[in-house]
Amino acid sequence: MSAAALPGAPVAAVARSARTRTSAIRRDGALVSRLLIGAALAFLAIFLFVPLAFVFVQALAKGAGAYLRAIGDADALAAIRLTLVAAAIAIPLNVAFGIAAAWAIARFAFRGKSVLITLIDLPFSVSPVIAGLVYVLVFGMQGWLGPWLAAHDIKVIFAVPGIVLATIFVTVPFVARELIPLLQAQGVEQEEAATMLGARAWQTFVRVTLPNIKWGLLYGVVLCSARAMGEFGAVSVVSGHIRGATNTLPLHVEIAYNEYQFAAAFACASLLALIALATLALKLVLERRSPDRHPERIE
Amino acid sequence: MSIALEQIQKRFGAVSAVDGVDLQIRTGELVAVLGPSGSGKTTLLRIIAGLEAADAGIVRLDGDDATATHARDRNVGFVFQQYALFPHLTVFENVAFGLRVRPRRERPDAAAIARRVASLLALVQLEDVGARFPHALSGGQRQRIALARALAVEPRVLLLDEPFGALDARVRHELRGWLRRLHDEIAVTSVFVTHDQAEALALADRIVVMHRGRIEQVGTPDAVRASPATPFVRDFLGGFAESRVHAPCRTPVVDRPHERGRRRALASAIE
Repeated sequence: MSAAALPGAPVAAVARSARTRTSAIRRDGALVSRLLIGAALAFLAIFLFVPLAFVFVQALAKGAGAYLRAIGDADALAAIRLTLVAAAIAIPLNVAFGIAAAWAIARFAFRGKSVLITLIDLPFSVSPVIAGLVYVLVFGMQGWLGPWLAAHDIKVIFAVPGIVLATIFVTVPFVARELIPLLQAQGVEQEEAATMLGARAWQTFVRVTLPNIKWGLLYGVVLCSARAMGEFGAVSVVSGHIRGATNTLPLHVEIAYNEYQFAAAFACASLLALIALATLALKLVLERRSPDRHPERIE
Repeated sequence: MSIALEQIQKRFGAVSAVDGVDLQIRTGELVAVLGPSGSGKTTLLRIIAGLEAADAGIVRLDGDDATATHARDRNVGFVFQQYALFPHLTVFENVAFGLRVRPRRERPDAAAIARRVASLLALVQLEDVGARFPHALSGGQRQRIALARALAVEPRVLLLDEPFGALDARVRHELRGWLRRLHDEIAVTSVFVTHDQAEALALADRIVVMHRGRIEQVGTPDAVRASPATPFVRDFLGGFAESRVHAPCRTPVVDRPHERGRRRALASAIE
């Protein structure tokens, strides 16, 4: 996921420096850069574009009617609904947590700060399957809280709450990681100036801090949404794959594929691909809006 | 409004930034806190503002103990070294900020805010820039807008942190004279922090010389220059007093190598 956020700057820098050389070197450089660019494009075509195109080709292989039927299928609609519900719960929670954590890390010195930064990054380093299993161990029938939950008739694992929890877990880093460098770069002076002018804490946040981080925040929300809707591993472990009840869109794709309903599987997969493409488009727009962001930097 | 500091202490880890400072500032005065970097002068200013809490000691504003008063309630204007203008707001909205965040009952209506902002922009001689954004202004203009913004809430005290530090020499000179005239006009008690002896001597009613968290001397520019209380003050002001004040501005700077050597010897003796 983090690789997707890498800027295209190095390629541009190489091209720029190649242009400034003398003509003899430039000819060699041009050949090398053409080879490199060609190799990169061929790689992208084989590993990214062709599969993506294949998804859409397969999805429409049996015609538009079959495509619409596959998406309009009751189980598919339930999966879409559950995916949206999980994302709709996970994203606001992530925004709230992300802003609070980024604020604490960027503004205050406190014991355990580096532990908090590490914890925020944990979902990036831990396999999503492990995350799902952890929830099963805590909330499952044989888990710590299992008997208590069963006694109170609360279902977490193999039910919607578990899916929401797994989705929250895998999306934790996105907003916080986006905001920490922004808040650090912004510094405290503007907020102090607002305080000296009589602003209360929430006024300072709404009128001074938020406007300065809003593009970074939106960017984090976009990445967070994409991950929330696309997550497979963690959700798969806690879902139980109950059709029409606990299947999200990625799980639905897998089930359809395993049952040899290729057109249906690819039709739903194409929806996920469209979400990804929309995410990329939004990401580009947001990057233009906030040119001086450093998405990969955490100090 | 008068300011009184009693035995102010502030440590950052092992470093003592302010070490037992007592200071009285009278209503309407323009006071310079002068010292080399690391002398604790900015920390002292931030303690007066309430942006930093002193470890020990009392801050009195108008005789009242304000040590525990929140910065937003002290009614103190603060001009930051880098101005800290809000980049997403126009100049007009920057200046109006302090009025807009007031509780509804005390908030002036839109027309009153517009009048107040216009008069402040006129005061800082920037009537025409209200619709612009801070990044479209020069450094000197930003400085004056920061001042107008601080004055909008009618502070009883104005604090300025290195007010001319980020400006080039010519603009600094212009603004210096302008700030002095402005202070004479509005007569708000003002304290500014500087490491520039010329600035302090040219501008202030009184100078507070700080070194290593302590006050070395307090006095009028003439008094501090004529009779430095400590070797540090003599050394810190000395180079300036000889080479720049006594020599008329337009003539070449008079360098006295023999005295420079003596000062250096004195300085190393103190260290």
